[in-house]
Order: sequence, then structure tokens, then C-alpha cells
Amino acid sequence: MSPLVWAAVTAAAGGSVVSWLAPAPRRSLAAGIVAVLQATAGVALGVAVLGGARVDMALAPRGTALAALGRLTVQPTALGALFLVVMSAVALVAAVFAIGYVRGPSDSRTAWTSWFVFVAGLQLVAVAGDAVSFLLGWELMALGSTALVFTEHAARTAVRSAGLWYAAMTHLSFLLVLSGMAVLAGHAGSVDLDAIAAARPGGHTATLAWLLLATGFLTKAGAVPLHVWLPRAHPEAPSHVSAVMSGAMVKAGVYGLLLVSLRLLPAGPRWWAVALLVVGLVSAAYGILQASVTSDLKRLLAYSTTENVGLMITTIGLADLYRAADRDDLAQVALVATGLLVVSHAAFKTLLFLVAGSVLHATGERDLDRLGGLGPRMPVTSVTFAVGALAAAALPVTSGFVAEWVLLQALVRGGAPSDPVLAALLPAAMGVVALTAGLALLTFAKAFGIGCLARPRSDGATAAHEGSRWMGGALVAAAAVVVGLGIAPGPLSRSLASALAPGAASASPLGGVSLPGLGIGLDPLGLTLLALGCAAPVLGAAAWWARRAPRRRVELGWGCGGARVSPRMQYTATSYAEPLVRVFGQALDPRRELEVEHYDESRHLIHGIRYRHEVGDPVESGLYARGLRGVAALGERARSLQNGSIQRYLGYSFGALLVVLLVVSAW
Amino acid sequence: MTWAAIAGLVRRTGRVAEPVPEAPERSELAAPFAGSVQVRHVDAGSCNGCEIEVAAAFGPVHDAERYGARLVASPRHADGVLVTGVVTHNMAEPLRRTVEATPRPRVVVALGDCAVDCGLFRGAQGVVGSAEDVVPVDLKVPGCPPRPEQIVAALREVTGR
Amino acid sequence: MVTRDALASTLVTLVQMAAVVALTPLLIGMMRATRARLEGRAGGRLTQPSRDLLKLLRREPLQADGTSLVSRAGPVALMATSLMLAALLPLVATRTSARVPDDLFVVVSVLLLGSVSLALVGLDSGSAFGGMGSSRHMTIAALLEPTVLLAVYALSIPAGSSVLSDIVATRAESPGTVISPVSLLALAALVMVILAETGRLPVDNPSTHLELTMVHEAMVLESSGRDLGWLELGSWMRLTVLLGLLGNVTTPWGIAGSAAPLTVALGLIALVAKVLGLGVAIAAVEVFLAKVRLFRVPELLAASFVLAFLAVSASYLVTGVAT
Repeated sequence: MSPLVWAAVTAAAGGSVVSWLAPAPRRSLAAGIVAVLQATAGVALGVAVLGGARVDMALAPRGTALAALGRLTVQPTALGALFLVVMSAVALVAAVFAIGYVRGPSDSRTAWTSWFVFVAGLQLVAVAGDAVSFLLGWELMALGSTALVFTEHAARTAVRSAGLWYAAMTHLSFLLVLSGMAVLAGHAGSVDLDAIAAARPGGHTATLAWLLLATGFLTKAGAVPLHVWLPRAHPEAPSHVSAVMSGAMVKAGVYGLLLVSLRLLPAGPRWWAVALLVVGLVSAAYGILQASVTSDLKRLLAYSTTENVGLMITTIGLADLYRAADRDDLAQVALVATGLLVVSHAAFKTLLFLVAGSVLHATGERDLDRLGGLGPRMPVTSVTFAVGALAAAALPVTSGFVAEWVLLQALVRGGAPSDPVLAALLPAAMGVVALTAGLALLTFAKAFGIGCLARPRSDGATAAHEGSRWMGGALVAAAAVVVGLGIAPGPLSRSLASALAPGAASASPLGGVSLPGLGIGLDPLGLTLLALGCAAPVLGAAAWWARRAPRRRVELGWGCGGARVSPRMQYTATSYAEPLVRVFGQALDPRRELEVEHYDESRHLIHGIRYRHEVGDPVESGLYARGLRGVAALGERARSLQNGSIQRYLGYSFGALLVVLLVVSAW
Repeated sequence: MTWAAIAGLVRRTGRVAEPVPEAPERSELAAPFAGSVQVRHVDAGSCNGCEIEVAAAFGPVHDAERYGARLVASPRHADGVLVTGVVTHNMAEPLRRTVEATPRPRVVVALGDCAVDCGLFRGAQGVVGSAEDVVPVDLKVPGCPPRPEQIVAALREVTGR
Repeated sequence: MVTRDALASTLVTLVQMAAVVALTPLLIGMMRATRARLEGRAGGRLTQPSRDLLKLLRREPLQADGTSLVSRAGPVALMATSLMLAALLPLVATRTSARVPDDLFVVVSVLLLGSVSLALVGLDSGSAFGGMGSSRHMTIAALLEPTVLLAVYALSIPAGSSVLSDIVATRAESPGTVISPVSLLALAALVMVILAETGRLPVDNPSTHLELTMVHEAMVLESSGRDLGWLELGSWMRLTVLLGLLGNVTTPWGIAGSAAPLTVALGLIALVAKVLGLGVAIAAVEVFLAKVRLFRVPELLAASFVLAFLAVSASYLVTGVAT
């Protein structure tokens, strides 16, 4: 299978060359096709490994400069292959979309080169067999994506601050993962992941490594309170990049967590699992709550990513908890839920970000308050939006529903646990997951309903039109995956069970998921047939009556007889979420400003009213702003050290030298 | 009010509905509605006298609901529009829109002298005219205000029950 | 033999669907009549709701410019999900042999699919009231979901299964579980859920004419004729099936355990009795209630969530000790 690895490497290198050589009008097509090849090679390699092929090779040829880093082993496990397939498939769809979508700065040489670096980094992380190649992939991914976030920095100033936040947080993640890996490799005396796993560190070494690695991976995954980069970077990056960042890159964090909990440090104390569970639940609830009240479509999707990642982390923590309680069967169900959530989220979030890109491309708007009426104007985008929204709201028959169903089964099948920790945690977890599901429903009903239905709220939305065929094709393909996985999740759940929970003999039929050891199955195909069976008589009756009393078009909607029925009188996304802002006011920190201007003549006559409503991120304004203020104060105080006097600087140098000499001699 | 107080009220009140008067003659107006008529009420400029009588007609004593008539909130749900009062300048367009917003076939009932022929307010300032001057009217119920019995009788003519 | 079992279960499913469709207008008629009698009115006849429905279904629907396909498809979708609920839930008979088991989470997702259809119809009208109703409706639905899942889950613990048929069958076999404290807590939460989900007092007033207080009515203000007919029938059917479920959970007797014609007939009679009984009880209690302020509704829902949460925690901790 090593030719596929070389194909991916060659495509990454060749793509960068192509994007520099191809002239601007042809660049998107030329580079896009190479990007498709690169992603296809990744998918093929992953599928081959999942099918049983073994790959064990070194990327760094002997005697070259690269070899200084080590062998750079490529040695994908079934788990890694699964993520390789997911990430590459996301990149594949996004690359097809990009061919029709990129223009201006996002079609530049730098942007395309960064794309190839980014995707190569993602693929390397998934297949890495040693810590060095893992970290190399991690850093390539970070660098490529940072450059891509900065793409439109000249057009919008918001991009710069988003890019800075992203660069800082993503490198924080890198440093933490690097340190964690270093601790483990130091203990094992080898950078090989197998050797590290075999070394089985314990005690403080294990705790230190776990803390570093888990924090690093949680940062990449966008879990609360390390999520702050996510709602900034996702909206400001070009949409096809947001799709890969959200659909694939945050999964690298989830992959890292799974790597730690299944392979590197599998037998940790129980508080690790409880910590993961709590972080997961808090992320899920906080993420969806923020998503439900925001009106920026891409920011909404970004917060929903935090929610979904939170659910994945919850299932990882749950699996660890069950394993600690000797319930391996339930742990396997929880892991299958993780896998389904990963795959399903990759599918629908990619779709939704591409939809957001298509909307942005057509209208120039990503504020839901200024959208509306896209249904008749952009039919393909609207229908695929509906499919993605259904999946994000975990409704049948989509992949999101299947994943949520397995997650809930993993939660409720604990029975009445004799263990008090589980007995206290499980109902709370179930309540939070259910609240999350409910809010997700509201969020995506709002996103789709306000975005696509009724009448357009701005000129941009009025003039909307469908984009190129490449874009439409990518949207339809992604939607087909979402529905396909929702109707026939059998093969996926089988391969997930064998990749994540070896030993779990799952005999899922094509149309359904059956959970090993629980004696319960879900048959979405049967459910679909039932739905069709129920819709048929209704449609038949409607058609029968439609012949006698056909539908009549009228000019105006009913506006209580009012003569002024302007589209601005429609409910907006902000007003839609207003009741929630009231209910969750304390967790959302809403700010309202009301300014009333009066005429000079009298205080009783109003000239104009200005109303501003903003919902902030309390984690950001509370935790980070305070931290940043502390750093700034420290810097302010440190300024007194620098007063411009040469004598003082010479004194500093002398002192520093003295300290170094003392340390060296004492060693 | 406590639950016990409400329960006492319910017990003391008993049934206050009056006995059903004789059914009206069959009218061709009732044909499309099969004994179920939803009505949207429009006050086009009334003195609120007719409104009180309409409320009485749908109240416990006369209880128009037992004949299949019901007041609804939207003309989209309605089979008929009940117009009260003279049509003022400001209400002429909303009235037209309300009737236009009602699915066909529909009936328009002009209720009270003002809606039928402007009554007291004929020629007054700000008045466009009677209901018939603005929208086609199918049934007229004169009276200033009409008695609830008359309103019920008119509604029964439309419901056919 | 498989085909014969499948045929029998399909027949029972069809009986359930037909029963729910036929029973629904009667239930609404009974509830209105109960209310009318307590208010001293004569009230409409029991057949009035079915007359209203048939007339609506025969009438022309209007479609305003600016509304989309959703205005047409939403009502049909709501109606189809209500039919699915009627087919899935254990109403006339408990069946676990069917291909699609009446798993709690499947049932809830079908219920929510109907809620979303309704909410989108409200948004598609493009009027301020439609959006307002839709927003309120979804907020209530979102806050209800934890209570629904936890309440039914608490009931499911003795059965050890999230399949509703199993829950009902287990309760019928061991009546002691029906009046256990856990069960009563969960049922109280469930009653709140059903009232809120189907838009009854004190959460929503089904007979209001004042747009600003509306939840359900505001969403359907723009729908007319056939569309309105489907929306009304679909929403009422949700009430019927949920009351049927509540009835079978509180008094799990009479429901057919097999597809034998006699037991199914008995199950049908029991279902009609339970649903109408519960409907009349709700209508009678509604006379004593006023609608609460919209922004107090979350407090009500939070209270019902606490009940459901208590039920689950208590059953975990208490039975954990007992067994």
C-alpha cells in the first residue's frame, strides 16, 4: 500500500508546484484537481487499511536532511485509518467545492499551497506511527490552516484578530502535545507510538503526560473553555477552509484523545474519565447555547462544532468510565457512538459550511438577519441546507439521528448502576445531552427557517442565485452521504465496531445498527418505509381534494389587514432566539443598549430610537480577558526594567552570564 | 380565585343556555359549508354596540357555537367575514384585504344599521360608506344594535343548522 | 410463519392508525363539550370537530407570494408524523415483533420532526406573528426535551428497555411499579410535558384570539383550507396519541398483548375509554386554570424537569440499595 502513501505525498508537493505555475484563470481548476487526487489517495489508503492491509514504512529516506528528525514512520492503525478516511473525504468534497468557489485571495498561490500543506498535515497525523511524524503532521496542519485563516486579511480587519487568536491557540495546542509526547517518549526511551504504549507509564509521569496531552487535544478539538479560537477562525476563513477545519481538523483533537485513552494511556484513574465527561457535557451545552442565540450563520456553525465535539468527548469519557466499572460491552457501545458522531459530524458540518459558503458567494451575507427567501432562488443550496440542518438537529433519517440514538443508548443502558459515581453522573449526562438535542433543534430550525424561508430581508438575498456546478455537485454529494449514512448505517457501524472496539462482534444488517450485547437495534430503512407509508395516504387524499379545490395564489400574506407589509416586519434570527436569551440570561451575558433621541422642542417627541443587542461569550470575556489584562499589567510593570541606560543593560548581561556559568558549573 | 370558589361558581351557575329556537329556512348560502362556519369579525368603525351584542351571541346564554359557528383569529381560517360599523377611511383598505384574504367560497355579513346603510353616521366626516360600498355583502342584519337572537338567526342561516 | 406474524402486526398497526384518526375529532368534541358544560353553555355537538375538519379539507388553500414549498409540504409532513406516532406507539396493542420497534428515542424524534414541520410552516408565512409563534413553540420544545427523555426513562428502568411496548407490558405484569413513588414522579412530569407539547393550558390557550398570547395558533395564522385541515388534525392527533400513551402507562390494563381479534377489540375499547377519560379530565381542570405568562413557562418546565430528574436519580439510588 506504500504507493498510495507516496501518491499522497507527491500530490501534496506537486499541488504546491502546480499552484505556483498555473496562471490565475486556470489555477483553481488545476490546483483543485490535484487537491482532489491528494484527498482521494488518502481515502483509498484508509479504506485499504480498514480492509486489512498493513502499512509500515519510513517517510524520511536515509542520509537526507529529513532523516535528522527520525524515521518518520507511517504506520496507520485501524483507528487512524478511520480518521484518515473521514478527514480525506472531507477534504475531497471541499476541494471540489473550492474549484467553483475560490476567487481573489482564496485563489492565490499562497492559499492553494497552504491548502496542500494543511491537508498533508491532517493525513500525516492520522497515519503517524511515531511521535515525531505525529508532531510534524500536527505542526503542518497548524501552519497550513493558520495561513488559510489569514487569507482575506486585506479585505476585512476582523480576519486579523481572528487569525492571531487562532495562531496563538493552535500553537498552544502544539506546545502542550509536544510536551506531553516528550514526557511519554522520555519514559519509554523511544518515539515509536507502539513502544510508548508498551512502556505503560504510571504515577506522576502518566498524570503529567495525560494532563498535557488532554489539554492540547482539547484545545484543538475546541472544547470549552479552550474553544475561543473556534467561533473566530471558522467564520473568518474562506468557507471551504472552514469546512475542512470544522469537519476534519477538530477531529484531529478527538483522534488524539482516543489515541491517549485507547492506546497510549489506557488504564488511567477514574478521575480522568470523569473530567473528560464533564468537559464534554459543558462543551456540548455551552456550545449549542451560544449557537442558538447567534445570528451569524458561520459563527453559529462554529459553536455547533463545539457542541458536537463536546458530545464526542462525552462518549470517550463515558467509555473510559464504563471500562473502569468493568462494563466492556457498554464501553464498546459508547465508542461506536464516538465513531458515529465523528463520521456524522464530518459529513453534515462539511455540508453546512459549504452551504454557508454558497450563500455567502451568492448574497455576500452571512448574517441570518439579512437573509431569507433563498428557497426559490437557490433550490440546490436550500434543499441541501435542509438535509444538513436535519442531521445537525439529530432528526431522522440522517446520520446525525443514528449517532445520537447510539449515544443515548450508551447512556441509558447503564441500567441501575451500583456505583454511586455512575448513578449520579448518568442522569445528569442524559439531561444535558437531551437539552443539547433540544437546543440543536431550535438552532437549526432557526438557521434554515430564517435563512431559506419567507421573503428576503436584504438586497443581497433578493438577488441571490445558485453558484457553479462544482459547488452544487459538492453540496449534493455531501448531502447524499448524510442521508445515505442515515438510511443505511450498517456497514459504517460494522467497520466502526471493528476499528474502535475490537472484539465486539457486531452483526449489523445493511439497513441498521444493532448494538452488540444489548439486544436492541435501529432500523432507519424500516423507519423510512414507515414514513413513506404514512405520507402516502395523506398525499393521496390531498391530491384527491386538490382536483376539486385547487390551490390559489394570492398576492399578499395575511398581515392583520395592514397595508404596509414589508419584509423587515418578519421575525429575524435575533428575535427568534430572544426567549432563550431571557431564559439563559445568566449563562449568556446579553448586553442591551437603548438610546432614545428627542426633538429639541420637546422631550415628549421622539426623533429616533437606536437599539443594540449583543450576546457575548462569557468564557471569553471572563476568563481570557482577565488573563490578558493580567499579562498586560505584568508587561507594563516590566517596562521599568528597560530605561534605555547602557550601563543597566550591561549589568543585565553580566548578571545573566554569571547565572549561566553558575548553573553550568553546578551541574 | 381559589379552586373551591370556581367549583362553587360552576355548581351554582348550572346551565344558562336558552332553549334552541326553531331552525331557519334552508338558504343557499349554507350549501358549501356543511354546518361549520368560521367567522372573522371586522370592526370597520363601530361604536362597539354591535360588538357587545356579538359577544352576547357567542356567550353562554345564546351560544351560537352550538349551531356550528365559531369566531376565529385569521381570515385564512374563516368562511365568512362579519362586518360591524360604518366603514371609515382608515378601515376601508384593511376590510378589503380581510375579505380578499378569505378563501372562496365565502360570505360577508353586514351587521347592524351602520354596516348595512351607514345608519346614524351617513355622510359624516371620515366615513367611506356602508360595508356594501367597499366589499360585496351577502347577508344584512339591521338593528341598532341588532339583538343577539337576530345575530344567532343570521349565523344559523349560514350554517344551515 | 413470519409472513403471518408480519401480516397480523401490520393489521394491528392499521387498526391503531384508523382508531386514532377516528377518535381524534371525538376527543376534541368531548373536551369542548366538557368545557362548555362547566361554563354553563350548551356547546357544539360532539361531531362538530369532524364537520369542521371535513369542510377544511375540502376548501381551497391560499398561497401568498413569498411563501415557499414548505407551506405546502409542512402540513402534510406534520400529518404524516402524527400517523407514524399512531402506528408506532403501544396504543391498542403492545407489539415488539415489528421491524421498527417503538423505541423511546425514535418516537421522540418523530414527535420532534412534527414540531419542526409546524415551526417551519410558521416561519414560512413571513409574518411577524408566524415567526413569533414558531420561536415560542421551538423554545418550549427545546426546554421540554430533557423532561420527556428523563421521565420516560425513569419509567423504563424497571423494564430494563427503552422500548415503550416493553415498558407498558412490564407495568401491566407488575402493578406494584405503577404506584411506586418513582413512577408517580415521572408521571407528573409526563403530564406537564403532554400539556406543554400539545399546547394546552396553562402553557398555551387553544381558544385564544389574541395574537400576542398565541403559540400554536400564531404559527397557523397564514394557513388555510386543506393545509389548515392537515395542521389541525395532525396537532390534535398528537394529543390523542400522547393521551393514549399516558393512559396505557398509568393504567396498563386492557391493552392487547397479542394480535388475536378479540383482545385487539378489547384493547380498542380500552384505548377509547382511557383517551376520552383523560381528555375530559384535562378539559375539566383547564376550566380552573389561567394561562401563565410566557416567560414563566420555563419555570414550569424546569419544575417538571426536576421531577423527572428526581425520579431517575431516586430509582438509581434507591433500587440500587434495595437489590
